[in-house]
Amino acid sequence: MERVRVQEAAFDMGLELNRFARHVAGAGAIVSFSGITRDVASGDLEAMVIEHYPGMTERALTRIRDEAMGRFSLVDAMIVHRFGRLPPGEVIMMVATATPHRADAFAGAEFLLDFLKSRAPFWKQEITADGREWVAAKSDDEDALKRW
Amino acid sequence: MDLRYFAWLRERIGTGHEVIETEALTVRDLIEELKQQSEAHAFAFSDLGSIRAAVDQDLVEFDAPLTGAREVAFFPPMTGG
Repeated sequence: MERVRVQEAAFDMGLELNRFARHVAGAGAIVSFSGITRDVASGDLEAMVIEHYPGMTERALTRIRDEAMGRFSLVDAMIVHRFGRLPPGEVIMMVATATPHRADAFAGAEFLLDFLKSRAPFWKQEITADGREWVAAKSDDEDALKRW
Repeated sequence: MDLRYFAWLRERIGTGHEVIETEALTVRDLIEELKQQSEAHAFAFSDLGSIRAAVDQDLVEFDAPLTGAREVAFFPPMTGG
């Protein structure tokens, strides 16, 4: 299975996780996280559109995964991230990590999430009845990298 | 050199891709050169604090050299996840 995937098509997080689990049989601990398009404060999100930089995206995600593998002694790790137009409630992305013990599995997953938020070339745009708006990066997201 | 723009930078410039000839030595020099190119470019690059750059698909600082660079990309801070 591909450990880093960038795709437009929807995916089934349950199937992905089961497939990952079969590949890491005997690892002991698996942590997974899925990001879902959530509604905006006004409650009228029509869709989220995700733009990315083909080529650099795969390269950046592979690098982030490699770094996590070494740092947390992961048995394995996977990242799936979508682009294109996503209605509310759709799965945008997921990561999963497998290790002998849970602490590294959690830490590895958080590391992946922190870095793919502000070091992988994706840009989100929210579409509502009022129009389109690019989602601004939060300084918290940048600060989150400092703890690693 | 291939230039790529993403998200609101692409919208402000009006294209996601252009090919230019440049003697710029660093990313910062290239930005200064691009700002002279049109009002749209000048507007897009007016706030450098909200712009990130990649040279041949690696994230770089603005003082990065352009020696041998084939593709330079400009975009806002990333919002993945």
